[in-house]
Amino acid sequence: MPVDIDIAKVARLARIGLDAEELERYGAQLGDILEHAGRVQALDTDGVPPTAHPLPMVNALRSDEVEPSLERDEVLAQAPEREGPYFRVPAFLEDEA
Amino acid sequence: MSWEAVIGIETHIELLTDSKMFCGCRADAGAEPNTNVCPVCLGLPGALPVPNERAIEWTVTLGLALDCDIAPRSLFHRKNYFYADMPKNYQISQYDVPLCADGHLDVETEAGGRRIGITRVHLEEDTGKSTHLGESGRIHGSEASLLDFNRAGIPLMEAVSEPDIRTPEEARAYAAELRSIVLSLGISDAKLEEGSMRFDANVSLRPEGDDAFGTKVEVKNMNSLRSLQRALAYEIERQTRVLDDGGTIHQETRHWDEETGRTEPGRSKEESSDYRYFPEPDLVPVEIGEDVVERLRDGLPELPAARRKRFLALGVDEDGARQLAEDDLLTGVFDGAVAEGAEPRAASNWLTGEVIAWMRREGRAPEALTGAHLAELVAMIETGDVSSTAAKDVLGGVLDGEGSPRTVAEARDLMQISDDDALVEVVDAVLAANADERERLAGGDTKLVGFFVGQVMRETGGKADPKRAGELVRERA
Amino acid sequence: MTDLADLSIAEAGRRLRSGEVSAADLLEAVRRRATMSEAQLHAFLTLDTEAAAEAAEAADEALARGEDHGPLHGIPVALKDNMVTRGVETTASSRILAGYRPPYDATVVERLRAAGAILVGKTNLDEFAMGSSTENSAYGPTRNPWDPERVPGGSSGGSAASVSVGSSFAALGSDTGGSIRQPAALCGIVGMKPTYGLVSRYGLIAFASSLDQIGPLTRTVEDSVTVFEAIAGHDPADATSYRGDVPDVRAALEGGVEGLRIGVVQEFSGEGYEADVEEDFRRVVGLLEGAGAEIVEISLPSVEYALSAYYLIAPAECSANLARFDGVRYGLREEGASVEQMMAATRRDGFGPEVTRRILLGTYSLSAGYYDAFYGQAQKVRTLVARDFAAAYERVDALVSPTSPTTAFPLGAKTADPLAMYLSDVCTLPSNLAGDPAISVPTALDRSGLPIGFQVLAPTLGEPVMFRVARAVEALAGFDARPGLATSEGAA
Repeated sequence: MPVDIDIAKVARLARIGLDAEELERYGAQLGDILEHAGRVQALDTDGVPPTAHPLPMVNALRSDEVEPSLERDEVLAQAPEREGPYFRVPAFLEDEA
Repeated sequence: MSWEAVIGIETHIELLTDSKMFCGCRADAGAEPNTNVCPVCLGLPGALPVPNERAIEWTVTLGLALDCDIAPRSLFHRKNYFYADMPKNYQISQYDVPLCADGHLDVETEAGGRRIGITRVHLEEDTGKSTHLGESGRIHGSEASLLDFNRAGIPLMEAVSEPDIRTPEEARAYAAELRSIVLSLGISDAKLEEGSMRFDANVSLRPEGDDAFGTKVEVKNMNSLRSLQRALAYEIERQTRVLDDGGTIHQETRHWDEETGRTEPGRSKEESSDYRYFPEPDLVPVEIGEDVVERLRDGLPELPAARRKRFLALGVDEDGARQLAEDDLLTGVFDGAVAEGAEPRAASNWLTGEVIAWMRREGRAPEALTGAHLAELVAMIETGDVSSTAAKDVLGGVLDGEGSPRTVAEARDLMQISDDDALVEVVDAVLAANADERERLAGGDTKLVGFFVGQVMRETGGKADPKRAGELVRERA
Repeated sequence: MTDLADLSIAEAGRRLRSGEVSAADLLEAVRRRATMSEAQLHAFLTLDTEAAAEAAEAADEALARGEDHGPLHGIPVALKDNMVTRGVETTASSRILAGYRPPYDATVVERLRAAGAILVGKTNLDEFAMGSSTENSAYGPTRNPWDPERVPGGSSGGSAASVSVGSSFAALGSDTGGSIRQPAALCGIVGMKPTYGLVSRYGLIAFASSLDQIGPLTRTVEDSVTVFEAIAGHDPADATSYRGDVPDVRAALEGGVEGLRIGVVQEFSGEGYEADVEEDFRRVVGLLEGAGAEIVEISLPSVEYALSAYYLIAPAECSANLARFDGVRYGLREEGASVEQMMAATRRDGFGPEVTRRILLGTYSLSAGYYDAFYGQAQKVRTLVARDFAAAYERVDALVSPTSPTTAFPLGAKTADPLAMYLSDVCTLPSNLAGDPAISVPTALDRSGLPIGFQVLAPTLGEPVMFRVARAVEALAGFDARPGLATSEGAA
């Protein structure tokens, strides 16, 4: 099945800043892979339930108990940029979804 | 043309659990920045979520209070979008099988009663908080932002209404009633101004009588019931203007600006969102058995609407009934006092007046106060054991945990002087000490009764019954 | 005399307890082997020498006090660098995590420490475990100890190469579509993927959450059992962790195959399979039959679609799992005028081509309008694959196949063709889709002197029969060759 991909949109959704040449290359590769992977569509799966998970487990929960948090300095030591007790990032362009 | 507004409301409610939704960090967004964080809620590589059982049960509890169906088997999904204050860049939420679905909420406005459908109540996790640096302190035009992840991962319920709401008043009544229910369940502090309860509204217009929906606009950023009502009124007016001028409504998100009193377009991506929901592979399904549903149903308190009805029938005024019904503890005290024989209106007045004022001042619940205490206080005023002035002090002592009203009144020496002989002594002394005024009073200048009662009250430290003191002053002048 | 670095864990443990050698001696032996081989192999990204020396010393002192933490006490073990280690750089071979020092330990790391193991360092992998050759590492490829011009397989190539050459006694790997078994096969060692959920994933940097599973790479089947026992068991920090008892894998280990019914998977042969691989596979099946096993032909019709389903499910999960690498809280950050541009630049520069490809693939297959055709359909195929396996296990106790259609291939041979590379996992990935255990045991060298792996598959929680058959294969095949890089020191 030939696959039509809006690769620029996919890259935006995945938030990877690719240039035009890269977009074209990845777009072509994705097309090839999806043509192969798209073979799954040939299978008749009417009435077959999807498997999200290999184990038939339910209710893996925790009780509402407080456990120790991390030391702030250890956490912030990994930050690319910090300001006082905060992580610092460049300005937001978009509002929250 | 005459337009009809179609409004649906999405309400986000932070739960008051001790720990976060998927990790053991304290669910306290207000702590020192970035102190309630761990590998899970910071989205560190390798960390895995484990759901908080109480958060699930509380969501089901709200669902039951809204007459929802509870899903016997429910799933968490990943909702994928990039946002810097969301650590994993996906939110663990629910999609096609939420915990609760298909309920309703009855609201009352001056126009009458309406039943608003509840599409669903689901459970998800909150994001962190960002502070935007720069002149305006707002997102646009800032140079940089500071991130605090204490709020990230706090359990968040989302209740979605059907587009059944027709007026801003109804929207406000819906929001207020939902808030009352949440408060009565004790599952959230539901503070609108602090964002622990937040409303987004979808608004569209259609010609009166039509069934089809118009293009909807999402309105955000309303942090009080009043601003919800104002924002919707503004937005309906704006859309009416656009449509009346022959224009079209664009599907968009608009932000309410409290200061200008307008909704303004947000700055979102040009293309519509594509959240790529899929079942959260780090979690397994949640199954809620009939036994659990029954246990939670049995544990439901009397809901605010039923309470209000009961209080009104007892003679409590509407405001009082509403305020009492929102608060489990006050309702308990009230019911206890009435059971002990207190006059309902008097009991309600003390609770909605002095007690609520004390709660606001102290910022805590009146845990020392019992129904028996309140009944005793009301009775002491009726029998004249304390003056109504002294009763406020007595109540203060009771609220501060000093004991029963009688104990406090005695300890603070606030018992009213009920012994006429003692009062006569004071009255005579006061009359003697103010001979000129006594002459004038005797001469018919009755305005001076007040002056003498005041003197008597001062001499007795407020313990005299002012009414009896007045009678004695007249008799003996 | 055998160099200490070539001993099995079992034998090293016997000598440790007899007082013949110390943990410090064992550590010294693997270090010498690392010094000799690392320049050529590049199995490790980080060698944690100081901490390892201290741990070995502590292990010796404990033993002297009579405190024995079990069969891994004092044994040098390596970790694939996608398992987080507190304060020790953990990169998953990605540039986006260069310099990242996690503030916590993975559950398996805690369990290995509790079992007395000496953690010697972090091994190389395909970036975020995506690949079958360890060429997709941002820090350069690992090479095969049997022939440094060839790949060690992947993605746990560093772990496999290290155990093979003797710079560790055992290593942990992670297996999403064959990433433990295929490199074990290509490096001539034993590699095992447990039943999904038996080993905690807490602290494993996720590739595809519903497929990932941590498991051991060792030189013998018995050693595999030892490491498996140390790391398996319920972990409340992993909601997908199995809550029942870990099956007893040691009791029946030496039980042999007499009376067992063993299925030969028909679909794992033919086009794309090297002649030597197929021939040796038939030889070992013959040995099993000779040892009393009943051999049954088994068909798994839907495995034909397993590769396709895998390449829809794994990228979809990875597209979300890798969204957290955004330059905000840790790791690489590239400059950008806005936070959105910063993220896009960071992710563009931080991820290599294979990772980028899979993120894009997964993003696409989950996006509106395509979910049902791709991701949704793949999950249904997953059900069909699991049903095929379940039906097969009605008839047989275990299944067998070659681990990989080929032996180790030259560096660069498949890098230009992603699909050809993906075919390397065709025999291994169905067990990940089904969540079942499987193990690769080395059985022979091909005509070029490269190891061939033999795979044993078993039903969910079927580790006892899987290990039992694997142990029989190991004994019957009698493979005892050592790679050139390991033996050259013996000669020196």
